[in-house]
Amino acid sequence: MNALKETSHAGIWRVALAIAWRSLHTYVRRPDLFVPSLIFPLFFLASFAGGLSALGSIPGFSFPAGYTAFQFVFVLCQTSMFAGLFTGFTLAFDFESGFARRLMLAAEDRRAIPLGYAIVALCRAVLTIAVVTGVALIAGMRITGDGLDLFFLFILSTLLVLIGFGWAAGVAFRFRSIQAGPLMQTPVFLIIFLAPVYVPLDLLKGWIHEVASVNPATSFLEAGRGLISGVHNHTALAFACAIVLIVLFGIWMLRGLRSAEAAG
Amino acid sequence: MTGTVATQVGVLARRSLLKTLRQPFQLFPLIFFPIILLAVNASGLKAATRLPGFPTHSYLSFAIAVAFVQGAMFALINSGTNLAEDIESGFFNRLALTPLRRVGLIGGLLLGVAALGAMQSAVYMLIGGVAGAHLDAGLSGALVILALGAITTVGFGALGCAAALRTGSGEAVQGLFPLFFVFIFLSSSNLPRQLLKTGWFHTVATWNPISYLIEAFRSLYIVGWDPAALARGFGVAAGLTAVGLLAVAWALRVRMQRT
Repeated sequence: MNALKETSHAGIWRVALAIAWRSLHTYVRRPDLFVPSLIFPLFFLASFAGGLSALGSIPGFSFPAGYTAFQFVFVLCQTSMFAGLFTGFTLAFDFESGFARRLMLAAEDRRAIPLGYAIVALCRAVLTIAVVTGVALIAGMRITGDGLDLFFLFILSTLLVLIGFGWAAGVAFRFRSIQAGPLMQTPVFLIIFLAPVYVPLDLLKGWIHEVASVNPATSFLEAGRGLISGVHNHTALAFACAIVLIVLFGIWMLRGLRSAEAAG
Repeated sequence: MTGTVATQVGVLARRSLLKTLRQPFQLFPLIFFPIILLAVNASGLKAATRLPGFPTHSYLSFAIAVAFVQGAMFALINSGTNLAEDIESGFFNRLALTPLRRVGLIGGLLLGVAALGAMQSAVYMLIGGVAGAHLDAGLSGALVILALGAITTVGFGALGCAAALRTGSGEAVQGLFPLFFVFIFLSSSNLPRQLLKTGWFHTVATWNPISYLIEAFRSLYIVGWDPAALARGFGVAAGLTAVGLLAVAWALRVRMQRT
């Protein structure tokens, strides 16, 4: 019985790794997929950290690591979630081309399919995050947190990749068409921008303050900014929110997989 | 003959306008996306008005200018995708077989785009006004905004048509949008140029023609009448339209030769 279970686990990983290898191979060989996913976070970093640096001198704005680090955390969170989202696009495209349907027939355990694409999302995120972090450091970003803080910052960004992927994969499994792209992207885009993107929460006034106060993305940004500056802020809350969202979107994704199975 | 061309342009302009107005999936990004971004930025960046030297106390009045330029950029996608659809479906080839003149073919499409540009500018002004944006230049300023919005939209629309004629693919036209969006990010869209503290960003924003388009719309809201800002804005819009029309004329000639 145990041997059977072990074989099944090995089967899941074998399929997942094969899917991951194929998708990553496609990703790095296609500049139309590869280049925009690297360029866009850099544009966000350049335009927000460069163009809005004067905001760092607003009365009441105090961030020990400086405005570049403040905006880097936003770009890191956005990049992480979008790495997951774009992998959802890949899954939807694979359904449209018929490849994912053939995979559904061939895979001995279909849970390997989302697992394989999740590995792709994580690998894509690692690559993009490495480039964005390198550019930010070259641009003079200061980090006042210690090594452990940075470790937790990147763990948090890894969890955000899984949140973005869980949501997008759930949509991709249900609609099985790239036309569902706006449905994957728009809610995440709105949630991210309805958080304290440009200034800390205390400096937001009016309806945006009310919305940002209950937005989980606020806790991710505040925790990330706390970790990079070494002044911890809502770190435990952010990790708790991330884990809850991963569980919820994991269920959403697996139910989507069932829906794709039922659709044939 | 002139009457015939005018009729052709009129019919195709009507078709181009109705094609967009009847498709909610095309109208949504045109109208609501710039408004949503405006709402988010106007609230999120309100604190910027506390910076010494910021030209107004209302960030909404400052930022609404970006909506006009974003809306015009969406015309690039709409007109380009509509034309690409016509090419993909064979409608364009059937039109090319009729006695329709080339100027009527593209002129009609772009006139429809201009009408749409003026309409979307009116909607942004209306929503901005309801939300509290104050148009310092008054009613005549509103007319100038409609004119500048229409010319800018034609410029971007012509570039979209050129891309559609060259590639014949809606997907390729859609891929152009992020490239143009980058121009908005690297401009004086969020802060006035004198408050752009990062040296390289200030230089890029100064060389970026989109900064001058935004500043022309913005001047009517927060300054009133600023002839220099308006001259630069209309100059950029006219230049963009000239480049777009040249590109579309060249792409049309190439496609007609292929057809």
